[in-house]
Amino acid sequence: MPDRRSDRSDRSDPLGAQQRASADALTVGTAEEVEGAPRGLWSDAWHDLRRNPIFVVSALLILFLVLISLWPSLIASRSPVHCELGRSLEGPSAGHWFGFDTQGCDVYTRTVYGARASIAVGVCATLGVALLGAVVGGLAGFFGGFWDTLLSRVTDVFFGIPMVLGAIVFLSMITLRGIWPVVLVITALGWPPIARIARGAVITAKQNDYVQAARALGAGNTRLLLRHIMPNAIAPVIVMATIVLGTFIALEATLSFLGVGLRPPTVSWGVDISAASDGMQFRNAPHILLYPAAALSVAVLAFIMLGDAVRDALDPRLR
Amino acid sequence: MGRYVIRRLLQMIPVFVGATFLIFLMVYALGDPVTALFGERGPDPATAAALREQFNLDKPVWQQYLLYMGKIFTGDFGTAFNGEPVTDLMGRAFPISARLMLVALFFEILFGITLGVITGLRRGRSLDTSVLVLTLVVIAIPTFVLGTTLQFFLGVEFGWIDPAVSPEGRLDELIVPGLILSLVSLAYVTRLTRTSVAENVRADYVRTAVAKGLPRRRVTVRHLLRNSLIPVVTYLGADIGNLMAGAIVTERIFNIQGVGYQLFQGILRQNSPTVVGFVVVLVLIFLLANLLVDLLYAVLDPRIRYA
Repeated sequence: MPDRRSDRSDRSDPLGAQQRASADALTVGTAEEVEGAPRGLWSDAWHDLRRNPIFVVSALLILFLVLISLWPSLIASRSPVHCELGRSLEGPSAGHWFGFDTQGCDVYTRTVYGARASIAVGVCATLGVALLGAVVGGLAGFFGGFWDTLLSRVTDVFFGIPMVLGAIVFLSMITLRGIWPVVLVITALGWPPIARIARGAVITAKQNDYVQAARALGAGNTRLLLRHIMPNAIAPVIVMATIVLGTFIALEATLSFLGVGLRPPTVSWGVDISAASDGMQFRNAPHILLYPAAALSVAVLAFIMLGDAVRDALDPRLR
Repeated sequence: MGRYVIRRLLQMIPVFVGATFLIFLMVYALGDPVTALFGERGPDPATAAALREQFNLDKPVWQQYLLYMGKIFTGDFGTAFNGEPVTDLMGRAFPISARLMLVALFFEILFGITLGVITGLRRGRSLDTSVLVLTLVVIAIPTFVLGTTLQFFLGVEFGWIDPAVSPEGRLDELIVPGLILSLVSLAYVTRLTRTSVAENVRADYVRTAVAKGLPRRRVTVRHLLRNSLIPVVTYLGADIGNLMAGAIVTERIFNIQGVGYQLFQGILRQNSPTVVGFVVVLVLIFLLANLLVDLLYAVLDPRIRYA
């Protein structure tokens, strides 16, 4: 991580930490970066991120994962469901780098295609959680009083249901299949932490003088929330959302492993790992467990590292 | 303090009711226990109707819920469809899971905090970096992958442990499963303690303690650790939920017949009284754990006072 002070060589006299922080706070929300002027929160964060090797590596990894989940045929020419039972559990060879699984499907192709389900569940669930959490928490923080009490208690209720537990119960009771029920249940049970954070951020932002000024000038609630409060309260929500993305991918795989998440014929890392560890089939063919598990771990790792980097950049207090 | 506890307990009531009602709704509104009872063959309509009446399944959901909760408070969790009282199942399952979770918590606290303090005091050195990388790797590899792999190597290849735990779930059999269950949380505890210690080690009170000439060990344990542990304790409380979830996975891998196992059997057979009963108790434990954490705050941090 580069030293912030050295990046700001334009400043002749180094300001005290507090003054610098207040200078940052004042410039929050400035849209364009003026050369030599103090940067706003976002451009400052971006400035830090570009120089953070952890961010660059994880972002490139994620870009790659997103690309292959959108167009898996870019690097895998076969079909993930084209299997030859005769080649069941055959080891890696020149034409098939990752070998074959129990059903005689090409492990490489399935690992590549498996990215799509995992990334889709992770991204969609995170979007859902962030949106729901930000709206509920934001409204509770903004309106306060009765609405705050009501919405906070609702948040507590959902917070009181352990996530995996609730997900298992819900998913085992419905007959729908595919990624959407998984996305839905993760969204429904995962939003409370984000709502709590959003509520706190909005309450802090609400007390700022410029919000009072805008209200005094006659701005309505919608305008206050969208134009004045949201830009200054959204950072913690984004940080939290990035961090949970990785855990949601792992959660999808865990649910699939338990047999309630995604199920065959959906191609996913969790499904493949589940099939490989079923009855310890990987005993004689470790490659059927190794490759999907490694792919899953790398994906989770990339998102967790991205979350860490984004948090460091957006939350200067944690440095 | 007493008034605060009472207020928190009262606040827990609506949360408890809401959470359990949601679970109840999921199980009874989405699934059909009577059809599930008969499996592949459809039930005889008259029998089904009689069963529905016997188990109050013909009433609206909210009435069923009230009846159910009313019974729970008299200690009657209903019977599983095989006729065994759910409380019997709980009596068998909870001690095993409690042992498993205690083993996990033990590893988490012992290794997590020790590693965190060591790395926090040596921030930026090679030991610190390697432990940090290791925690990232542990967090990224899902529990079920680590679990199955370790079970295979330790249990099958090397034969050091039994790959499956006996129905009694003795403590010595639960060491490896407990370790696996604790790994992810252990990594988080390490990172959290490290950050916290590294932050507090520069604090004035630590410098004062050193300047007073206190021995290094006393400064670390009594002054530094006490303040650094506050976020860790919060995490441990919130982690009870994660451990419950992890326990379902771990118990499945090692065939431990604890709460996760019973719950899963209940879900597979759509055995609604078992599922709801276990989940209700788990939600209660989760809520109480969170309350306990808030109270521990005050013990650890004298600045926090509850009126």
